[in-house]
Amino acid sequence: MKKILRNQQQRQVDTNMTNLSLAPRTWKRKSFIENQTVRYSICAGVILYLFLSFNTLEINWIRVWEGLPRGQKFLAGFAPPDFISRWEEIVDGVLESLWMTVASTVVGIFISIPVALGAARNIAHPSVYYFCRGIIAISRSFHEILLAIFFVKFFGFGPFAGFVTLSFATIGFFAKLLTEDIEDTSVSQSEAIQATGANWWQWINYGIQPQVMPRMIGLGLYRFDINFRESAIVGVVGGGGIGATLNTAFDRYEFDSAAAILIVIIAIVFFVEYTSGIVRKQVQ
Amino acid sequence: MLRLEALHKRYATGEVALTGVDLEVIKGQVMALIGPSGAGKSTLIRCVNRLVPPTGGRIFFNNEDVTRLSSRKLLKMRRQMGMIFQEFALVERLSVMENVLSGRLGYVGFWRSFLRKFPQTDIDKAFRLLKRIGLDHMVDKRADELSGGQRQRVGIARALIQDPQLLLVDEPTASLDPKTSRQIMRLICELAHERNLACVINIHDVPLAKMFAQRVVGLRLGEIVYDGTPEGLNDDVLTEIYGEEDWHINKYAPKAAQQESSWDEEDTEEPAATAS
Repeated sequence: MKKILRNQQQRQVDTNMTNLSLAPRTWKRKSFIENQTVRYSICAGVILYLFLSFNTLEINWIRVWEGLPRGQKFLAGFAPPDFISRWEEIVDGVLESLWMTVASTVVGIFISIPVALGAARNIAHPSVYYFCRGIIAISRSFHEILLAIFFVKFFGFGPFAGFVTLSFATIGFFAKLLTEDIEDTSVSQSEAIQATGANWWQWINYGIQPQVMPRMIGLGLYRFDINFRESAIVGVVGGGGIGATLNTAFDRYEFDSAAAILIVIIAIVFFVEYTSGIVRKQVQ
Repeated sequence: MLRLEALHKRYATGEVALTGVDLEVIKGQVMALIGPSGAGKSTLIRCVNRLVPPTGGRIFFNNEDVTRLSSRKLLKMRRQMGMIFQEFALVERLSVMENVLSGRLGYVGFWRSFLRKFPQTDIDKAFRLLKRIGLDHMVDKRADELSGGQRQRVGIARALIQDPQLLLVDEPTASLDPKTSRQIMRLICELAHERNLACVINIHDVPLAKMFAQRVVGLRLGEIVYDGTPEGLNDDVLTEIYGEEDWHINKYAPKAAQQESSWDEEDTEEPAATAS
């Protein structure tokens, strides 16, 4: 008890001393861009550009107003959705899309794994690294629609073009995210496997694979999801599947059938998302 | 059995971790390697099995130069050197048994290990070791379900199932409580003694090093500054290794703690010492 008292007294003496000897120091948060003129002119430039870009839109409000009833009629064409008259085409389209999705997801992931291993900085030799990074960059730089247009020209109309498109797009997505996960793996765990005298394949199988497996399964399911949605878009430009059915329905002005197709797509996406969510939770 | 000659390591960042270390460890010797953080302890033992490639000097293991081995021969060599890690370094998503058996990877082919079809002799060995470390009831538990002490036991089993001649041990007790630390150190030393293994143990904890090692080597800035018996570790030597520090004085501590660091706390009526 005595000791504590003495310590407190000591501390008071200390604080008194510092208060006497120093004027208060001010403090302000350091700015990200230190030069004030540069900072303000960047802000002003961004605002000006935003203002100008809105001006280039040239929205004609009178035409929007006149178009409203037409839009209403168009939307009314969707109600009630007609599942019956084109049911067979819808089923065929969905099955084709599912086939495309499953095949392209599996093939895409299969190709992605070696690419991801090659693109991971902590595993690959620099020459392999840049090559694999290149594959990923190319695959990611084109949107699915552009790829689909290209592959439809290349292989002709039909689901095969869609399958190739989705497989190719899967590589960029899956390999990139898997690579990041491989680079985040614990060094000590992989070192421990190396220290046993394991060869390269064993090292990947024991030291790396267990660490990235949950993420791989999660990403695979997520990509399955995306591929199904994309298969609808790919179909619109000639890649087959439910998208082709949808496109035909629009071309024939059968908006009620188109509505039915959209509902089917939404239902399947919901279902896939829900189940993949459950599986992913199990894996974690 | 293990001999380092002028071992030198300079990292790609330009940082020099080891500046010409000469060291010899004989069969059956338990050697503690002490020194401040950044002295190069971890680098030293990682150079021995070439997890970190040395940039100069030579390492002889059973009279073979480790620094010049082809990669195939290096894998063979690594089987002879068991390694035990700080923070255990078990593969967390693998089971206890898989972690232990991973110590046999250097002896089995890829497909066998991939399909988890290890030879029965390996499995017998694994069960024997697990029994020895008291974890044979946890074979199928995942490694991340174990406590710190249990994990380090699995780490020890993984190193020993390699049938090594040398144990490289990197801060085995850094994340364990004092009691578990002693048990783990005792286990390592017992097993090393039974099998007549040479043992290089990096350790922060000087009292533990004194307690378990037959020989202590002090490393400072990549150089050996002490090599001798545990008893020879006096304050002057500690200062030489770790730098200037009052090893016993703490003017706020109760008097009893100044004479000998002890684990049981004693409340003394004595007022705080006035050191000045």
